[in-house]
Amino acid sequence: MTLPSQARAVVIGCGIVGNSLAYHLTDQGWSDVVLLDKGPLPNPGGSTGHASNFIFLVDHSKEMTQLTLESARQYRELGVYTECGGLEVARTEERMEELRRRMASAKSWGIEPVSLVTPAEIKELVPYIDESILLGGFHTPGVGVVDSLRAGTLMRERAVESGGLTVSANTETVGMDVENGRIRRVRTSRGTIEADTVVIACGVWSPLLAAMAGAHIPLTPAVHQMIDIGPVPRFEKSSRAIEYPIVRDMDVFMYERQDGTGLEIGSYAHRSILHDPEEIPSIAEAALSPTEFPFTQSDFDPQMLDALDLMPEIVGDESVGVKYAINGLIALTPDGMPILGETPEVTGLWSVAAVWVKEGPGVGKSVAEWMVHGESHIDLHSSDVSRFHPHQKTRAHVKARTFEAFPKTYGIVHPAEQWSSDRNLRISPMHRQEAELGAVFHEAAGWERPQWYDVNAPLVERYGVEEREAEWDARWWSPVINAEHLAMREHAGLFDLSAFAIFDVQGAGALDALQRAVLAQMDVGVGRVVYTPVLGPGGGFKSDLTIMRLGDESFRIVTGGAHGMADKKLFRDLLPADGSATLDDVTTAWTTIGLWGPRARDILASVTRDDVSGEGFPFGHCRTLEIGSQLVLASRISYVGDLGWELYVPIEQGGRLWDVLWEAGQPHSLTACGIGVYGTTGRLEKGYRAYGAELESEYTVVEAGMQRPKVKEQDFVGKEAHLRHREEEPAAILCTLTIDDHTSTSGVKRYPLGREPITLRDGTPLTDAKGRRSYVTSAGAGPSLGAYLLFAYLPPEHATEGSQELAVEYMHERFPVTVARVGAVPLFDPENTRIRA
Amino acid sequence: MRILVCVKRVPMTGGKIVLSDDAQAIETKHLGFTISPHEECGLEEAVRLIEANGGESVVLTLGPPEAEEQLRDAMALGADRAIHLVTDANEWDPQATASAIVEAVRADEATNGPLDLVFFGNEAADSGGYQVGIRVAYALERPVATGLKGVALEAGAVRCEQEVPGGRDVYVLPLPAVVTVLEGLNLPRYPSVPSKLRAQRKPVESSSPTRPEQRLEKLRLVVPETQGKEAEILGHGPGAAPAVVEVLQRIGVA
Amino acid sequence: MATLVYVEEPGDLTQQTLAFARGLGEPLQAYTAGDPVDVRGVEKVHHAEGDAFGTFAPAAIARGLVELMNAHSPSAVVASGTPRANEVLARVAAVTDLPLAANCVASTPGDPAAVTRTRWGGSLLEQARIHAETLLLTVQPHAVEAEPAQGEAAPVESFSPALQDADRVVTVRERVGSGAGGVSLAEAKVVVSCGRGAGSPEGFGIIEELAGLLGGAVGCSRAVTMAGWRPHTDQVGQTGTKIAPDIYIACGISGATQHMAGCKGAKAILAVNTDPEAPILASADYAVIGDLHEVVPAISAELRKAGAG
Repeated sequence: MTLPSQARAVVIGCGIVGNSLAYHLTDQGWSDVVLLDKGPLPNPGGSTGHASNFIFLVDHSKEMTQLTLESARQYRELGVYTECGGLEVARTEERMEELRRRMASAKSWGIEPVSLVTPAEIKELVPYIDESILLGGFHTPGVGVVDSLRAGTLMRERAVESGGLTVSANTETVGMDVENGRIRRVRTSRGTIEADTVVIACGVWSPLLAAMAGAHIPLTPAVHQMIDIGPVPRFEKSSRAIEYPIVRDMDVFMYERQDGTGLEIGSYAHRSILHDPEEIPSIAEAALSPTEFPFTQSDFDPQMLDALDLMPEIVGDESVGVKYAINGLIALTPDGMPILGETPEVTGLWSVAAVWVKEGPGVGKSVAEWMVHGESHIDLHSSDVSRFHPHQKTRAHVKARTFEAFPKTYGIVHPAEQWSSDRNLRISPMHRQEAELGAVFHEAAGWERPQWYDVNAPLVERYGVEEREAEWDARWWSPVINAEHLAMREHAGLFDLSAFAIFDVQGAGALDALQRAVLAQMDVGVGRVVYTPVLGPGGGFKSDLTIMRLGDESFRIVTGGAHGMADKKLFRDLLPADGSATLDDVTTAWTTIGLWGPRARDILASVTRDDVSGEGFPFGHCRTLEIGSQLVLASRISYVGDLGWELYVPIEQGGRLWDVLWEAGQPHSLTACGIGVYGTTGRLEKGYRAYGAELESEYTVVEAGMQRPKVKEQDFVGKEAHLRHREEEPAAILCTLTIDDHTSTSGVKRYPLGREPITLRDGTPLTDAKGRRSYVTSAGAGPSLGAYLLFAYLPPEHATEGSQELAVEYMHERFPVTVARVGAVPLFDPENTRIRA
Repeated sequence: MRILVCVKRVPMTGGKIVLSDDAQAIETKHLGFTISPHEECGLEEAVRLIEANGGESVVLTLGPPEAEEQLRDAMALGADRAIHLVTDANEWDPQATASAIVEAVRADEATNGPLDLVFFGNEAADSGGYQVGIRVAYALERPVATGLKGVALEAGAVRCEQEVPGGRDVYVLPLPAVVTVLEGLNLPRYPSVPSKLRAQRKPVESSSPTRPEQRLEKLRLVVPETQGKEAEILGHGPGAAPAVVEVLQRIGVA
Repeated sequence: MATLVYVEEPGDLTQQTLAFARGLGEPLQAYTAGDPVDVRGVEKVHHAEGDAFGTFAPAAIARGLVELMNAHSPSAVVASGTPRANEVLARVAAVTDLPLAANCVASTPGDPAAVTRTRWGGSLLEQARIHAETLLLTVQPHAVEAEPAQGEAAPVESFSPALQDADRVVTVRERVGSGAGGVSLAEAKVVVSCGRGAGSPEGFGIIEELAGLLGGAVGCSRAVTMAGWRPHTDQVGQTGTKIAPDIYIACGISGATQHMAGCKGAKAILAVNTDPEAPILASADYAVIGDLHEVVPAISAELRKAGAG
C-alpha cells in the first residue's frame, strides 16, 4: 500500500482518540483522511494498550462528564461496553463529604441512578471487601469497562470501509513543514503527505510531534502503577471478564477491579514520577511496550498494605500470585484537562492529546465536529489548546504543576483550590504596596492577584460579616471579602486588574473584523466602550469582553486573564487575509487599576483637572486623563456595578498611579479590594454573567437574558442562529436565587460554592426541554443585599420571581431557595443609578 | 536442612540491546531487573525442599546496592534470609565472584551450620560464564553436577537428572553438594502479596568485599552487526500460503 | 605443544573448534576420553582410559586434561562450547585456578591474550583480555567456519590419569526415560513455534497441525511456558532449547533477544507476524504479514493440497 501523497487531513496516532477522530471525520463527511502510527496495529504500544479501561461517569466537571457520557454511548453502540457498576468507597468523613458532592454532581449532570450506600450494602455488592474499615460509598450502576482496543479497531475499520480513510501503520512521522504559519505537509518514514489539516493524537509522544511544527502541546508523560494478581479462587467461576463493581478506594488513591480470573490493582498513591517524551523507548528496545515501564516495587509497598486492608480475602490469599506489574505511562497536563483544538501557533495543526479512554470517543466526535462544522456540541473551552499562557507551555511549568497535580488524581480538590508550585512569576507593579497591605495572593493566568487584604480585617466586625462555620465552605475564602465589598459600596474601593489580557486591533480593516466577531454594534464613536458577548456559529457563547474604540481604526479589546489566550486566537482567526487589520497583544504593556464606589468621582477629581463629572464623562466612555505626570486611559465601566473607572497606564507606571490614588483616597475612606469582590460579590449582586460559569456555548443569548433590543445589520459569527433563538421560546432562563435558610441538619450554616443541582423542595431535579439540568452556575454572597446568591438556568415553568418551590442540594441536604430575579435586571440598584451617576 | 541459592541481578531486555555511551554495560535506564531464569527455578526448588523437609533457605547475591531488590523478590518467593555481597558498578569476573561466594559460604556455615545444598544457575543470563558454581564447588571440596533438570533428595544424597538426546542421565552425589540447574527444573510460583510484605521484613546480611584484580578483564561490549537481512515478504494474510509452500518445497521439507 | 583441543565427538562443532584452535597456534593436539574419537588435522590424540571413563564422568575427564596440561604446558586449551565441554573446562579452570573464557568467537594469543566472547546467548559480544599463562577457552557453536576433516587419522596415545576419589563421585549412574515420543526439538529439521498470540493452550492446535504436516517439532516462547501452556521442553530460547533446523517458522513471536539466542542455528527463519517492524524480521529470511490464526491454517491447507502429510 503506497502512502497517499495528499490528504484532506492527516491524523497521527492510532490510540483510542486517533481511531475515534478519524472515524468521526469520515462519518461527518470528510474523505481522503489518512491515519498514521509509527507502531503496528492493532496495538501500537501507547497508553490505550495498557489502559485500565473503566468508565466512571460522574465528574465534577460538566465538560468531562459530557465527554464521558458521549463516549459511553459510543462504546455501548460498538458493543464493547460491559456494565459492572462502580463503587467509590470512603474510609474518612472527609471522603464521605466528597461522595455527597459527587451525588450532587450526578444530579446536576443528569446521571442516574446513583446512590450513597452503607458498608453493609457495599459488602453485598462486593463480597470480598472488608466493609468494617469503611464509612460508606457512592454507587454508580452504569459504570462499566470497555475494550478500547477493539472499539478503536472497529471505528477505524468502519471508516476504511466507508472509503473515507486510509490507514498506514509502521509509519513514523519524522517532520512537519509549516509555511506562512500554516501546516503544509507531513514527512514520514514511508513518504510525504501534503495536507493543510494535521491532527496530533499521539498521547505521551504529542509534545515531540508538536515541536516538529513549532507548536506546543504542554503535557508530560507520568507513571501510574498497576499490578495484576491471580488466579483468584472466587473469580474462577466467572462467566464474564468482570462481574463485580469496580472499586475506587480513593482515600488511599487506589482502585481494584476484577479482570477475568485476576484482580487488577492500580495506584495513584505513589510519588509523582514524571518522564520526558524523549525518554520513551522504541518498540524494539522496550521489554513490554514503550509505555509499560519497569515496575518500581518500593513505590508500591504501602499500597500492598492498603489493598490488603480493603480486600483481605483476595489480596491476603497466599495462593494468589503477583503476575504482572508495571509503571504505566499516561499523559498529564498542568491543569488536568485534555488538550484539544487547533493550535494557536500553527493554523491547521490540531491537538487531541491527554485524553483518557473514558473520554476518547466523545473527544473524537466533538473535535471532528469542531473541525468539520466549526464548533462542537459539547463546550470544550476548558480543554482548549489555545488556553495556555506562554509560561504554561514551558517544560518546567508543565512538570512543576503535574508533579503537584498527580497526587490529586484521586484527591479531594476544592473548586477554588490554589496551586503552590511555580508561583510568583507574573508580578503586578503594585505588588509591593499590596503586600504591605497584607494582600492574600491567589494566582490566575500566572498573575499574583490579591484575593483580599488582611489589613481590612477590622472591617469584618464593623460591618458585622458572618464567618462560615464549615471548613470546606470557608476554604480559600475570607469574611474580609464581604467587608471590602461593603466598604466599597459605602465609600470606594481600589482594585489591581493587571491580569486583564489586552489586545489592540488596528488598521483599515479593524472595524469590519470586529463587527464580524462580536454580537454588539462596533461602529460606535471614538471614545465609546462596548461590552459584548462573542458567539460561536451555533449562537452560544464563546466569550464576553469589552472593546474600546480608541480611534477610527484603533480598538482595544480587554478580556479576563483566564480566557485571554483563547480569546486572542479567536480574534486572530477572524482577521482579514489581506492584512488590513492587525492584532497586537499589549497585555504586558499596560496595567489596570479599578476605582469604584460612591466616592470614586471625588477621589479621581482630586487628582486630575480633567472633567470627570457625570455629564462631562458619561458612563460607557473612555478618554485619556492627565493625573500628575501620568497619561491615564480612563474607561468608565464597572464589573462591580458601581460608579467608577478602569484606569490604564503603561505597566512600569502602575506603582505611581496606585500610590497617587491611594493617597487621594484616604480622606474618602478608600479601601483596597481584592478579586473576591471583583470576581464574585460585586457582579453577583448586579446579575453580571461570567464566561465559563453561566455563559457557555450550550446556552443562548436569550436564555442568558442578554439579548439587546435590536440585532445589528452587519453579519457576525452566530448571527443566523441568534436570530433564530430570538424567535423561539427559551428552553431555560437564567435566574438569580437567594438561599432562604442556610442551616443544615447538624445546625451548621452551609454555603454552596457552585455546580450544585437546583431541585424541587422534594429533591426532584429540574430538566429543561433540551434535556439540561438546572444547577448553580455561580454562587457567592451579595453583601449589600444581605443575601447569598445563586445563578441558575431554570425551565420557564419554574422561572417565576418570588417563587419558593425550589431548593439547592448541597452536601446531600436541601436548602430552600427563592427565585429572586428572572433575567438580567440586577437585584442591587436595578435602575443602575450608581453606575450611571 | 540448610540450602543456599546464589542469584545474580540481570536486566530484562526487549528486542534490541542498547549499550551505555561508554560501552561498558547495557543501557538500563528503562529496563526492569530480575534474576536469571535458571536461578529462579533453583530458588523455587530450594524453597520446595525446605517446605518438604524443614530447615532454612538462604539466598545470596554478589551485586550492587540495587540488587537488594532481587533478594527481596527471592524472599517473597520463600527464601528465609539473604546475604548481600555489595559491590560497586564494576563487574566481577567469574573467579573473583566465586572466591567471594566461597568466603561468604564459609562465614555462613561457621555461624549457622552446614549447608546441605548450594544451588546455582547453570550460567548467568548476561555474562554466561558457565563456571561460577563449579569453581565454588571445587573450592569447598564438594561434588557438583551441572545443567540439571531434576533434583531430588535421597538419604544423605541428591539425585540429579540431566537432559540428553534420548533421555536423562542420572548422577547421585553425596551431601553436602553443589548443583547448577536449568530453567525447566520446575515452574516457579508467583509471590503473593502477603509473602512480598513478609519479605520486606526478612533479614539481609550485607558486607562489601574488595574486588581483586580481574584475570578475565572485560574491555568493552559490542552489539554484533546485524547481517542486514531484509526478510522477503512472501505475502499478506492467508493468501501468502502458496508462496510459503513453494519456499518449504525449495528447502526440501515439504 | 601449542594448543590442546578437548574433543567430545566427531562432527561439525569439532571441526569448527579445530579451525578456531589452529588460529591460536600450531601444532595442535587433541584430548579425548571414554569412547575413542577419530580426529584429523592434529599431531596426536591423547586418550584417557580407565574404568572411570566407562560413562560420562566430567570430573575424571577434567583430571585427565589437567594431567596433560601439567605434562605438556600447552599455551592454550580449547573445547567446543557445548554444555558438557563447558563443564569439563570449567572444572579444569577450578582445579588449575586459571581464568576461563567460555563461548568465544575470536581470540588472539599474547600477553595478555585477547578474546571476543558472547553474552546473552550470542546477542551481545564482550571484548576481554585474559591474564594467565595458559589460555583456557571454549568456542561458541556455529560462530566459526568449520575446517574440513582431512588428512590421516591422528595417532592415539592412551594414558590412565591418576584420579582422586572425588573425581569418581560425579559420574552418570544410569539413563532414564526415552524422552517424549516424536521429534526432539534440538534435532528437528523443522520447528514451528508460537508465542502468547496463540491465545490459549488450545490455540496451539494449528501449530501442532502444521508441524505434523512437515514432520517437525513444536516450539514456544518463554511467555508460553511461564503461563503454563506448554512444557519447558518446548521452549526455544537462551534458557530453553537451542534449535538448528533447516527452517524455523516463528508465529506471533516478536523476537526478544533471549528467544533469538535459541534459534541462531536455524538455517532459515520464516516469521508470521502482524507487525512488519517486529524485531524478529531483522533476523528472518522470509515473512508473512498477517494474523497467525488465519495464516497458519492456510499454509496447512495448501500443504495438504500439495500432497503433504
